[in-house]
Amino acid sequence: MKASPETPMAREGSLLAVRELSVSFRSERGQVRALDHVSFEVEEGETLAIVGESGSGKSVTALSILRLLDDAGQIDNGSIEFEGRDLLHLDEPSLRHIRGDRIAMIFQEPMSSLNPVLTIGKQVAEPIRLHRKLPWSIALEQAAELLDRVSIPESRHRLKDYPHQFSGGMRQRVMIAMALACRPKLIIADEPTTALDVTVQAQILALLKRLTKELNSALILISHDLGVVARYADRVAVMYGGRIVEIAAAAALYKNPQHPYTEGLLASQPSLHSTPGERLQAISGQPPDMANLPPGCAFAPRCHYARAECRASRPPLEPVAPGHERACFGFE
Amino acid sequence: MNEVNMGQNPAVPLLVPRKGALYSFIFRLFKEKPLGAVGGVIFLLFLFCGIFADVLAPYGMNETNMLRRLEAPSLAHPMGTDHLGRDVLSRILIGAKLSMIVGFLAAGMATVVSIVLGIASGYFGKRTDMVIQRFVDAWMTFPDLILLIVVVSMIGPGIPQIVVVLALLYGIAGSRIIRGSVVSIRENLHTHAAQSMGARPLHILCYHILPNIMPVVIVLFTIRVGAVILTEAGLSFLGLGVPPPAPTWGSMLSGSGRTYMYLGPWLALAPGLCLTLVVYAINVFGDALRDLLDPRMKGSR
Repeated sequence: MKASPETPMAREGSLLAVRELSVSFRSERGQVRALDHVSFEVEEGETLAIVGESGSGKSVTALSILRLLDDAGQIDNGSIEFEGRDLLHLDEPSLRHIRGDRIAMIFQEPMSSLNPVLTIGKQVAEPIRLHRKLPWSIALEQAAELLDRVSIPESRHRLKDYPHQFSGGMRQRVMIAMALACRPKLIIADEPTTALDVTVQAQILALLKRLTKELNSALILISHDLGVVARYADRVAVMYGGRIVEIAAAAALYKNPQHPYTEGLLASQPSLHSTPGERLQAISGQPPDMANLPPGCAFAPRCHYARAECRASRPPLEPVAPGHERACFGFE
Repeated sequence: MNEVNMGQNPAVPLLVPRKGALYSFIFRLFKEKPLGAVGGVIFLLFLFCGIFADVLAPYGMNETNMLRRLEAPSLAHPMGTDHLGRDVLSRILIGAKLSMIVGFLAAGMATVVSIVLGIASGYFGKRTDMVIQRFVDAWMTFPDLILLIVVVSMIGPGIPQIVVVLALLYGIAGSRIIRGSVVSIRENLHTHAAQSMGARPLHILCYHILPNIMPVVIVLFTIRVGAVILTEAGLSFLGLGVPPPAPTWGSMLSGSGRTYMYLGPWLALAPGLCLTLVVYAINVFGDALRDLLDPRMKGSR
């Protein structure tokens, strides 16, 4: 155990500060807590990866930041501060000025996140028209330039095409172009490459990374694949059961995981050095039932190191090294 | 990324509609949907006859000629004459005008009613949806014909009240269909994406919901035009439609057509065939329009 006496760096003036965010959903089984006191910060220009399995609260986090949770979801507690304003206390019109302009979102499925009956040009020009109130001719001109930036060939001609004339990777490029249209300070990409094949995946992530660097936009990259985000993230937050269990700089997290879950995730990746036929390591057990979380650490039922203490009470997120926090009572 | 905010002088005019878009559409209609094209031609012919009925009709609609009663079709009377010696062709043409007016007005109003109710119900959901849908339920428990008979017997027969009642009947029933497609489009990711870009509800309705339900709206409208013309014919048949002596196809069928079926079968055949042909043509044309106007159906290059 490397408990450090230092308190975590006080991140004054970060671009986005999510503090103690709790979200619950109404369901037929009563209130289900999807996020439980989640806190993290994102600096200007930084890439934060949020990693976790299905149902761990990644997408709920993303939607909460934009206040786009549907009616069943309810923010119980916490604050989301963006550029010094608490998004949880803004009214709809002010939120609309932030959405798409200051914070943009890229969704998981490029196949269905474009409107099938509008041309690509109109859709890419849409955020420009919405926020800059420019006439169509100029907005479309900018849309063509945006398509150039995301490396879509013959952008001018393709403005008049419809989404079904684009491949999945191309559509995700279009989505990226739309997200960049108003040069937002923060881009949230919710599993942007899940629906794409592996080679396209790498291209899209590299493109996203390059463009956010050029714009000095921060990026929240949500993924269920720890391996995929490794190369692109500055910091990584690992979520489990609606909580952040470990958050650290990417290199530190990969070299020196401090939570059994992170360790398990890293160990379960196939490596280039493994011998053919060797079985992959798996984390035994099932993801937790969010409606019925254990009283102690949510990961305890699947944890090799779990002790009585782990099953009785929840470990808080505490620093183990500068900039490295984990929610664990410690393990060998 | 400064170049994004430049581009004040577009080298290529991007918003000028492609020249000959209409021609290429007509070309596609004939090439890809020949049956729909035939329907379209018949439909246009029907419109043409309806609009220019007064000019085209060789005789007046109520011009009787007792010497030439129940004459079989001839050069002077291509569709024959009826029991009062009136020219059937002229009456069919004037009837086309009345059918067209009733059909388009009622179907158009019905479509507007359906869209307004369907969108209010489907898009805003929750309590609005509940209230509107229970109202639609209640409305639909009344048999259509009873409602029509009640209104006509209270106000008396006439085109305006028939149009309004038919519009309400078809409009309220059809709102279900619109609501269904609005609900499914609303849950599509692209409407959420639009929301995440800061679009107002009205913007989402106009750019993301309405264009996507257009195929349904087009089909609904064309089917309604046919249905309204048929219902009006049925009402005239019962004597509740457009009052005589104005010739509508329904009243021609039920009046002289039925009475003199054996002496002059053309009296029933002429309006009956016209009715069948026009309704069929409108339906086929509507189907073709829906397919062609939907960009998803367009082959990729």
